[in-house]
Amino acid sequence: MTDTVIKCESVYKIFGTNAKKMLQEANGNVDAKTFQENGCIVGVNNASFEVLKGEILVVMGLSGSGKSTLLRCISRLTDATAGKIFIEGQDLLSLNNKELIELRRNKMGMVFQSFALLPHKTVVENIAFPLQIKGIKTKDSINKAMEMVKLVGLEGRENYFPRELSGGQQQRVGIARSLAVEPDIWFLDEPFSALDPLIRKEMQDEFLRLQEKLQKTIMFITHDFDEALKLADRIAIMKDGIIEQLDTPANIVLNPATEYVKKFTEEVPREKVLKIEDVMEKPNNENLSDLKVLRNEIIENVAEKILTQEKSVSVIDENNQIVGTVHPSKIISTVFGGKKSND
Amino acid sequence: MELLKKYPKLFQWLFLLVAFFTLYFAIDVPETYKFIRGQAEFIKDPNQSTYTLFGAEVRYYAFDVFWRLPPLLGWLPIWINDSLFFLMNDWMPIEFWNEDTQEFKTQPLVLQITRNLTSFITFLIELIREILLGGVETIVAFTSWDWISENSWAKLPGLPWTIVAAGAAILGYKLSGKGLALFSAIVMIYISIFGQWKPSMQTLSFILVAAPLSFIFGLGLGIAAFKSKRVEKALYPILLVMQTMPQYAVLVPAIVLFGVGDHAGVIITMVVAVPPMILLTLLGLRGVSPEVIEAGRMSGCNNLQLMFKVLIPTARRDILIGVNQVIMVCFSMAVISAFIGAKGLGFNLLLALNQLNIGLALEAGLCISLIAILLDKLSLAWANKQIDYFGNLTFFQRYKNIIFFSGAILIGIIFAYAGSFYFKEGFNYLYEIPHNKGISTADFWNKGVDWIWDTFFQTLKIFNTWLIVDVLQPMRAAYLRMPIVATFVLVMGAGYIIGGIRSAIVVGGLTLFIALSPWWDRALVTTYMATFGVILSCVIGFTVGTLCFQNKHSTNFMLGVCDIFQTFPSFVYLIPVMMLFGVTDTSVLIAVVVYATIPATRYTIEGLRSVPPSLHDAASMSGVTKIQRLLKIEFPLALPHMMLGLNQTIVFALFMVIIGAFIGTEDLGQYILKAISDKKGAGIGLTLGLCVAFIGLVFDHLIRTWVGQRKKHLGID
Repeated sequence: MTDTVIKCESVYKIFGTNAKKMLQEANGNVDAKTFQENGCIVGVNNASFEVLKGEILVVMGLSGSGKSTLLRCISRLTDATAGKIFIEGQDLLSLNNKELIELRRNKMGMVFQSFALLPHKTVVENIAFPLQIKGIKTKDSINKAMEMVKLVGLEGRENYFPRELSGGQQQRVGIARSLAVEPDIWFLDEPFSALDPLIRKEMQDEFLRLQEKLQKTIMFITHDFDEALKLADRIAIMKDGIIEQLDTPANIVLNPATEYVKKFTEEVPREKVLKIEDVMEKPNNENLSDLKVLRNEIIENVAEKILTQEKSVSVIDENNQIVGTVHPSKIISTVFGGKKSND
Repeated sequence: MELLKKYPKLFQWLFLLVAFFTLYFAIDVPETYKFIRGQAEFIKDPNQSTYTLFGAEVRYYAFDVFWRLPPLLGWLPIWINDSLFFLMNDWMPIEFWNEDTQEFKTQPLVLQITRNLTSFITFLIELIREILLGGVETIVAFTSWDWISENSWAKLPGLPWTIVAAGAAILGYKLSGKGLALFSAIVMIYISIFGQWKPSMQTLSFILVAAPLSFIFGLGLGIAAFKSKRVEKALYPILLVMQTMPQYAVLVPAIVLFGVGDHAGVIITMVVAVPPMILLTLLGLRGVSPEVIEAGRMSGCNNLQLMFKVLIPTARRDILIGVNQVIMVCFSMAVISAFIGAKGLGFNLLLALNQLNIGLALEAGLCISLIAILLDKLSLAWANKQIDYFGNLTFFQRYKNIIFFSGAILIGIIFAYAGSFYFKEGFNYLYEIPHNKGISTADFWNKGVDWIWDTFFQTLKIFNTWLIVDVLQPMRAAYLRMPIVATFVLVMGAGYIIGGIRSAIVVGGLTLFIALSPWWDRALVTTYMATFGVILSCVIGFTVGTLCFQNKHSTNFMLGVCDIFQTFPSFVYLIPVMMLFGVTDTSVLIAVVVYATIPATRYTIEGLRSVPPSLHDAASMSGVTKIQRLLKIEFPLALPHMMLGLNQTIVFALFMVIIGAFIGTEDLGQYILKAISDKKGAGIGLTLGLCVAFIGLVFDHLIRTWVGQRKKHLGID
């Protein structure tokens, strides 16, 4: 059983002066329109979910969908209007200011869209900042920061100022800073949205590399569905403050829960998202070809090989046990099937 | 009807003008009415009406209320005055231990507080002054006069001028580089050689006390306003009034509270210099991106750490621009404070102007201008300086400025010592060049002025007479002839058309305050002079700005010129006009025009420059000519910014008109000048200051409201 690190129960965030009162009167049924008529804006509407230890939860939504607000409720940069949030079993909303600061100093790290570096500090000083705030000695904090500089590959630039770095490099500093205190929970608020496409891809790979090493519990905000598919263990899709669907990338692509989600999935090249295990069938005693593919291979990577076969190929797990079969025709229908139906 | 639908505002304006002029001509001037040249409240005349309120007797000439309102606020200055005196002399007597007489003494609380404040500020000024110039007061403050007369060796020696000059050059080098270092050195050497060292250092010591104190208070209040909406709301009206209040008017209450001298100047300077610091602190802190604040919070900052480690360093540039503003305000106040007895360049300038010694005045004025430019450049360089990395510098690199300065001190002392042998008789020029013992160009200038007068007397006189008789007098008469009800219709009507009922009430209220004060006629004269100045300034400024904008080099050149002229304290502008036109209204108006043209030009250029280049390209691709582009694209888009320039122009013009009282005008400024020398002038000075500020605020409100709507309409920020 994996541990739950972040747990939200019916979290609401409503902006406006009489938000609390209106929410009470609404009795849990929040309608964004009626609230707006009364001068309240609904940020987050009844969000309940859990994030498990070591998991990457990507929250995906377009601008104004409340995804950043949700993140800010969980990091308590804003206070949720109603609901309960638990961080490792601790009730976040009941913490006083001092406890909150302690929590942030030790357990949380956050990366921002616009990097949010301090312009008057060098790279290494920026990274050492959370440590120094904690009261760690300058020398120790700089040593630790230098480790982080190496981790994100900025050696040789540690004495540059943010203004002297490119966007990608600045975000590396932002990432290093958020990891300097070795937090368990890592929040990333559209960290790569301000970057060029090429740099963005590079940073995504870098992010996956880091996560493999560090195994943090992550909430990652993005408006880019492809990015979400690439990085997520699970994706939460938000619209107007409501979580429309929360599931694994494969399930979202295969079984979009609402029309809204379907719009995103339609254009997605399935072979790039789905794994063999998502399309395989139960093993039966039919005639199999000699080819064996791993269950967690992305379809795109093995499609060519499979399509050269005439018979079904066998799917194996890490221990070389056969767990299923895939017929080449299944691959064809997966790759082309979804699109045909739309034309 | 079509037209009416297309331009509804146009017809509103037309209707307003018709209503105004109907009233204007329908109401006749009462036969008994005349503009009183003297101070009406001191004339005893059986025709006057009187009333008594709060123990203050107010005398005035009664007219039809459509013509002039009775001065129902006439008691206000007297009442303010009496309250101040009561506070100072009678309120809350408390026993204090008196060091000198070694006994308890009963004194009113406020008096005691102001005395303590006074002695504290005086001590600071003297300390810095004596570090720069030498003296014994600081040591006296710790010992006694008796002790000093017994130990005649004990005095602060004062720095030789060479050291101060070297220090300024090193500072310039550190902040910006060789250019500024050279400029600093030249200014300092100039000051010294031309015998203005002592007054310059006196002025400098004034600033060195006033500026840091203003900075601390401004930063503190700015932070408080940033943290709490309530503080901001409470400060806002004060900030607004202080922006349009002539600096000169706040001097008057200072005399009552703090007496006469440098300390009173410093304290009142703080009152004037703190508001811009608050505004820029607020602006800077507001400008910090919310994500940076969140990053600070997520790093685990508590409130104090967030403020001092995240917010203030990130807002560094805006805050340092605030410092620049503070320094410039302090400098101009240091000059104006001469009116209440502050020593230094301003005092010399005032003296020279009083003696009509234009040569001396010009020398002092030049010094003031040079120091103003130097202070401006130094503080701006500081604001724009990027922080460098200091991690792995060698010892010499790290401390090179300190080493150089130590070297300069050593060399300066050696020079001064050597000088004491060389200049055996008279003055040691390598130590300190005494006042007016340097090279003086005063004679040259005086002869120049004489020559100008001899040569151009006729021409100038004809021009002068024409201006006064054919332009100014009729304009003045037209303003004074305005019935009060017509004024209100005009002002409130404009407010209503521009900003609706709310604006109408705001500007109406501001005007009502002036109308109910005893100085409505004077306010009309002030407005007429300002109007004349503003119209000319705008015509010149908009034209020059537009012309200069056609070319990149002339644009930069003009902005540079504006930068330099803007740093001069307004008082300096009176010198050349007095030189050319003598002591007349014309001089004041020309000074007003020159001074107020600066913002008009600057804002025109900036406004035109703010038109996005993509629009230029789009226009060019539509095939517009240069003129079409100017008229159809650049002017409409730049207009809001140019109107803000108009706003500044009005404020500048008002300030200059008020200062112009020194040359002799008949407006509110004249009364302020009189109030300075009047023991009971505090209330009058303050009320007059408010009147001037309110004239400015009426226009300020109208223009800002219009600009806000226009910008929203155009979709620009």
